[in-house]
Amino acid sequence: MKVLYYPGCTLKTSAKNFEDSAVASLKVLGVDLVELERWNCCGTVYSLASDDLMHKVAPIRNLIRVKEQSNGDDRVVTLCSMCYNTLKQANEFFKEDEESRDKINNFMDREIDYNGDVEVLHLLTLLKEEIGFDNIGKKVKNKLSNLKVASYYGCLLLRPQNSAIDNAENPTILEDLFTSLGIDTVDFPYKNECCGSYNTVNAVDLVVERTYKIINSARSFGANIIATSCPLCQFNLDRRQKDVKDKYYDFEEMPVVYFTQIMGRAFNVKRKSLGFDLNYIDPVPLLQENF
Amino acid sequence: MKQRIGVFVCHCGINIASTVQIERVVEAIKEYPGVVHAEDYEYMCSDPGQGMIRARIKEKNLTGVVVAACSPTLHELTFRNVTALSGLNPYRCEMANIREHCSWIHKDVDKATKKAIKIIKTIVEKVKLNEELTPLSVPITKRALVIGGGIAGIQSALDIANAGYQVILVEKSSSIGGHMAQLSETFPTLDCSQCILTPKMVEVAQHKNIKLYNYAEIDDVSGYVGNFKVKIRLKASYVDWSKCVGCGLCIEKCPTKVASEFEQGLAPRKAIYVPFPQAVPNKPVIDREHCRYFKTGKCRVCEKVCDLDAIKFDEEDDFVEEEVGAIVVATGYEVYGVQNIGEYGAGRYKDVVDGLQFERLLSASGPTNGEIRRPSDGQIPRRVAFVSCVGSRDPELHKPYCSKVCCMYLAKHAMLYKHRVPDGQPIIFYIDIRSDGKGYEEFVQRAQEEDHVTYIRGKVSKIYEDNGELVLLSADTLAGMPIELRCDLVVLGMAICPSSGVDELTKKLKIQTDANGFLTEAHPKLRPVESLTPGIFIAGCAHAPKDIPDTVAQASAASSKVLEMFGQKELSHDPMVAWVDEDLCSGCGVCISLCPYDARELEIKEGKRIATVKEILCEGCGSCIAGCPAGACQQRNLDDKQVIRMVETVLSRG
Repeated sequence: MKVLYYPGCTLKTSAKNFEDSAVASLKVLGVDLVELERWNCCGTVYSLASDDLMHKVAPIRNLIRVKEQSNGDDRVVTLCSMCYNTLKQANEFFKEDEESRDKINNFMDREIDYNGDVEVLHLLTLLKEEIGFDNIGKKVKNKLSNLKVASYYGCLLLRPQNSAIDNAENPTILEDLFTSLGIDTVDFPYKNECCGSYNTVNAVDLVVERTYKIINSARSFGANIIATSCPLCQFNLDRRQKDVKDKYYDFEEMPVVYFTQIMGRAFNVKRKSLGFDLNYIDPVPLLQENF
Repeated sequence: MKQRIGVFVCHCGINIASTVQIERVVEAIKEYPGVVHAEDYEYMCSDPGQGMIRARIKEKNLTGVVVAACSPTLHELTFRNVTALSGLNPYRCEMANIREHCSWIHKDVDKATKKAIKIIKTIVEKVKLNEELTPLSVPITKRALVIGGGIAGIQSALDIANAGYQVILVEKSSSIGGHMAQLSETFPTLDCSQCILTPKMVEVAQHKNIKLYNYAEIDDVSGYVGNFKVKIRLKASYVDWSKCVGCGLCIEKCPTKVASEFEQGLAPRKAIYVPFPQAVPNKPVIDREHCRYFKTGKCRVCEKVCDLDAIKFDEEDDFVEEEVGAIVVATGYEVYGVQNIGEYGAGRYKDVVDGLQFERLLSASGPTNGEIRRPSDGQIPRRVAFVSCVGSRDPELHKPYCSKVCCMYLAKHAMLYKHRVPDGQPIIFYIDIRSDGKGYEEFVQRAQEEDHVTYIRGKVSKIYEDNGELVLLSADTLAGMPIELRCDLVVLGMAICPSSGVDELTKKLKIQTDANGFLTEAHPKLRPVESLTPGIFIAGCAHAPKDIPDTVAQASAASSKVLEMFGQKELSHDPMVAWVDEDLCSGCGVCISLCPYDARELEIKEGKRIATVKEILCEGCGSCIAGCPAGACQQRNLDDKQVIRMVETVLSRG
């Protein structure tokens, strides 16, 4: 199966390991992620301000690219939670608000008219609904029996309601995936609490406090590794552990990885595609069984 | 006869006058053929307004009256009474609705004025052809049915019974008392719920005018105001109550334990049970779903120990029919389920309880004998958080409305907790404190000042369990600080919802519910205890969330409406019903299938099939008239001639 794939900026840089591990794992599942040609910035959170149509141009232009390249299969898969949320919300907005739709279409007079009919999917939804967690379980080569994974959702997979891939208050899609891979999961209350997001730029201490709370909570509920699907969450929870350690001398570090890295490891894909060198806290010791 | 019609235009304060130019309307309508008088006044429904109409009818010798004002549902009766007082047949008076149909929905003054003139002319044309009618009279069965045996139903039944009329009280569980029987003490006076309720329960049971059907449900309702026929299902209790003396031995020996509904799951009951010791009547029933004999075919212990042979495993549901003239619906409420609130654990945490569960923990007859102990480990909680507006005031995810009683009962809970655990720390999370009853604000102040209850303004975003404690994440929105609070017990002020099964009941009764499932009143201000179906009244939380004082007041109001009806010799029925031109009727029977009120039937008259009208059942909906292929059905004062004249007038120029 081939499916169009929108990477976004981070997946080409600091989250290259997310992209590589996803592409390699999906190959195992018989899915070819075909990168969208001529993609541009998703618009990030700026486009979510509802009163500013100008910022919707970026996500919509990407969806137009999908229409151009899709050959009838109008679906696009995203990995980064923020790209997912931005494209999805822009698309939902486009479906509902006819007046703004016309305005944007008129503004982009060199593009084809777009009416909101592309389906924006997060990879997790594709795994669950197209491939099926049962089928994923059949491809497992490595039993990662020493892992106790805490799934961290953050906000962008769950809110607002029209873009949620799961129940916002008690999501389980990541846990369900890991269970199908034969990996132990732990449920922890901070799995959908805020990571501090962009405050990591100008209010580092706020993010340090969040990271300290989230990781300690995961640990107290028995986890030894955290899995996420958002590069910003990953950065805040992983890289900021250095600052946490500076502030709290007794803090115990914990690796924070993309869920695709664990999935790839379970499928025994090449170590090179998992890109563990980009993770700040080294997850390799935990994942080294049969490596 | 030459028509002499008077038109009275109401300003309705500024409701009409701000959009419709009244002077222009009066000038235009004065000139209209058939109109001999036109006049305006600020409030036509007031005494001077009514007096004006009365005087003009006499002075100008009017033959018809048009009041251009609000909707006929509001004041048609008012103005028809005015007309009748002046000696003119009340059915020669009509309302022209220039408020709901015109001024309220338009902004353009010129267009609205023109439309108002059109509406009035149309009604003038109708009045010209109105017949003089006399209301039909209907006999009344002077017995009432009260559905629901909570405090609303009890109060309503007692009021009607004490006035000397018979009451049938139907309660679906085996005892009356409702949720009020579960409460410990009641705000704002802290008198014990049992002490004020149980004597009333006994009074119901002993009252010579009240026939109580407990463990029973309404199966079917037919008939109409003054003459309802009600079929009641008496659910099989598997106990012969005429033999049972309530000794309780069967309950003691029953081997099956089930979570008690009365104790909100905090204590067990047996499969044969009386819901609580003060139950009225105090007779057991067997819970067929859990009874070991019904599940496995073996046991029958209760039967063996009963010396009086009162256990009857072969009993089946029974039915009785009752005839009543009025019905009071008092089906009460249930609490919105904690399982709907994912962020508070969706029912996973034993020490997160709802308000009714905490009432049971406070109650002297509850599972802990009134000592406050955590459900999980029986420890006395040192810090208790109370969360208000759980599921209420949340239009996006849960219920949009305010549940009204939570602010007050949480204040009461915190206060009573502090009385039982003096070194305990009660903390209430609130959005707004709504304490709008008599003595309520003082009660909340007392909780804060005398009992040192801490109030924090903020919604709780999450509750989770950690090391045997509960952690609440919230914010103090007055201080602008996030809060993380560890406590031992959390009490949720859950939203109040209509009882399950009300939906089905309302279909049987043909009464309406609102978007949230609560019963709809005929008018939110002026007819708050009547349903839109004549003869059916509503009381208590079935109508909207309310506290005990409001419930009792509304129950008494509903009874007084019933008594108002019973005080009359007979009821009058609107005469604007369907009638049949027997020369045109072919007896095809289309009208019979269309009539929602069973008012049409076929008769053989002089060898010819004729579809006749049972006038008392006809509500004048017009379905049969629209459906009649021969044009044989007509409606009094709304016949084809009138309708065509009205349409012509609407479509005419000018």
